[in-house]
Amino acid sequence: MEANTTLSLNSFTQLENFGHSLRAPSYRFHPTRAEEIFEVFCLAEKMGLSVTARGAGKSYNDAALNGGGILLDLSAMNQILEWDPASGLVRCEPGVTLEQLWQRVEPSGWWPPVVSGTMKTTLGGCLAANIHGKNNFQKGPIGEHVLEFTAMLPTGEQITCTPEKNADLFYAMISGLGMLGIFTSITMKMKRIHSGLMSVDAFPVHNLNQHLRALLDNAPTHDYVVGWMDTTAGGKNIGRGQIHASNNLKEVEDPNAQETMRLENQTLPPRIFGVFPKSLLHYFMSPFMINIGVWGVNTAKYVASLRTHTFRQSHAAFHFLLDYVPNWELAYGRGGLIQYQSFLPKETAEETWRAMIALSHRNRLPSYLGVTKRHRPDKFLLTHALDGFSLAMDFKVTDGTRAKLSQMLQEFDRMVLKAGGRFYFAKNSETSAEAARAFLGEETILKFKELKKRCDPSNLLESDLFRRVFE
Amino acid sequence: MSNYPKPVAATPLNPRRRGIIIGASDGIGAALAQRLAHEGYTLALLARRQEKLEVICEQINRKTGEYCARAYVHDVADYEKAPELLRRIVADLGGLDLVVFVAGVNYPPGGIDKYNFENDRRMVEINLIGAMAWLSRVGEMFQSAKAGQIVGISSVAGDRGRVGNPGYNTSKAGLSTYLEALRNRLTRHGVNVLTVKPGFVETAMIQAAQGPTPFMITTEKAVDDIWKAMQKRRQVVYTPPIWRWIMLAIQHTPSFIFRRLSF
Repeated sequence: MEANTTLSLNSFTQLENFGHSLRAPSYRFHPTRAEEIFEVFCLAEKMGLSVTARGAGKSYNDAALNGGGILLDLSAMNQILEWDPASGLVRCEPGVTLEQLWQRVEPSGWWPPVVSGTMKTTLGGCLAANIHGKNNFQKGPIGEHVLEFTAMLPTGEQITCTPEKNADLFYAMISGLGMLGIFTSITMKMKRIHSGLMSVDAFPVHNLNQHLRALLDNAPTHDYVVGWMDTTAGGKNIGRGQIHASNNLKEVEDPNAQETMRLENQTLPPRIFGVFPKSLLHYFMSPFMINIGVWGVNTAKYVASLRTHTFRQSHAAFHFLLDYVPNWELAYGRGGLIQYQSFLPKETAEETWRAMIALSHRNRLPSYLGVTKRHRPDKFLLTHALDGFSLAMDFKVTDGTRAKLSQMLQEFDRMVLKAGGRFYFAKNSETSAEAARAFLGEETILKFKELKKRCDPSNLLESDLFRRVFE
Repeated sequence: MSNYPKPVAATPLNPRRRGIIIGASDGIGAALAQRLAHEGYTLALLARRQEKLEVICEQINRKTGEYCARAYVHDVADYEKAPELLRRIVADLGGLDLVVFVAGVNYPPGGIDKYNFENDRRMVEINLIGAMAWLSRVGEMFQSAKAGQIVGISSVAGDRGRVGNPGYNTSKAGLSTYLEALRNRLTRHGVNVLTVKPGFVETAMIQAAQGPTPFMITTEKAVDDIWKAMQKRRQVVYTPPIWRWIMLAIQHTPSFIFRRLSF
């Protein structure tokens, strides 16, 4: 890769977050081999610039942005190096997307153990943020399914980590936001499936208490549980919505397993009602993305979800809701969107979210989409999980609402921290250094910085997120 | 050179714009720095004179209560130093949205029958080549990023060659043409290039004016016009606006009349 040896102004690229609400220009490099990553480190050191890794750029905040510095775009390191359909072990480069991964493993009866709401994310990014899925309460974050990874440190050293070997780095680099080193290969164990379909129970919940109780009660009996919350509903309706709880089918439950597991039966249909191309849909959604329009859409969706029923759905269709409407995030307009996700212990969640949603209504800044999940703690260093629930709220950003929204989210932060809650670094864009310190604890941050000093003595790895939260 | 803490991180709800002002130690540059800091920009201020520059940075930072302005000592005639400094500043600011080139000198030859090559050369070196040294790199950067705004402070003096100060006229005519060419290249890439053509503005440079100074305005008024034009992403702005019409008349005055005037 010749471009690595010099820093060309031609590589200066304006990059965005997933929500199109933040932009930062960087010198972008596309390494294809581990050695090229090291070349970029050398160049960065020579030029006095910082380096940030970027996968698919699907983070809602500044995790994969590095304004004025170097951006290591790992999307070209996207080879599935080894795949063993007998054992379910797969070894991948960091730029492999979940889409590539499930399409490779699914036909032989396997599925990635933890997936995000979009299949466009890369494994490197998933590990750096230590993503969770709708099965967090059962399977933990993705890091718990990693058997081994290798990483390139800024010192040029290539290390191998497993839960036993270099364990401190294993638990810190997964969840470490790419600030300790760059993953170069990842070995994971896939999850066995016996059908291409899942059995999904869908039922309505009419208030917040019912909502959280449903998440709690359905978790032990289901593989996946996720709630949609109508965050525009107020008063006694706060927290109403719909729960989807699903199970993988057992060996005998699908007589046509061979057929349903074929890839053709896993893709999301490209058209709605058979005729309407989905790639254009976001243009038609755009006019509804105002308070009143979203209230109408949420209310209609709630009414439509009042029916309790059980149905079968393909894995891809169940997991990748965010991919249903391509580029849906563009519907939020010029200012884009941000997501605010809070994790609360099950004891304080109801009261705190009730107050937060009420506050958003008083401010006339309702969240346009609310999604809830059930969680359990894990032992990764910068963990966001706890024994409780999470609520992710999407907010539209406009020039007129920025200041007010910022104030409200600061108030949210105080409420969440007071209730013993946590935040997720792949989502929240406004978390301050103080808030991060409050939920992670001084000791955790010190430990992270100590490891960083060891892996990255000249402090080459820095993202906008890192500067915002850890400096 | 810049012992300032890192600027406040931009977030979706606090999207701080970042700008460079080249020639910020006094006059329009200094006044524009004050205004842009007030409008929420984080700024890198460049000039030759360190003491003056630091006084302005301190003033701005005291007023805004944060480190909005950072000083970088630089002589625009040191063309070779521009690329490295640009890279340094973009890294320090965490990005770049705006570059304003204000640096300019005016050395009149001292009469319509006097000639001074050294002065002419100095004016072209700073006003024109200095701008090209910066803006060619900035243009390449913005073109690649497909975003950004370039503001060049040219002058009404560039609209016609007159008897008083051929070197200055030439440097500003060159700058105006250069900016126009940049605009024609960069508009298609989403970059705005604004050419500012001030008339007489109350700055130290006004001493170079020989004779009357009609329609003189304060730097604040000039900055106000520039800021408004920047917001509208306009292409050319005269400040005060009356110069647009005056220069239209002057540009269209036939040469057989114009060359006989001592204007």
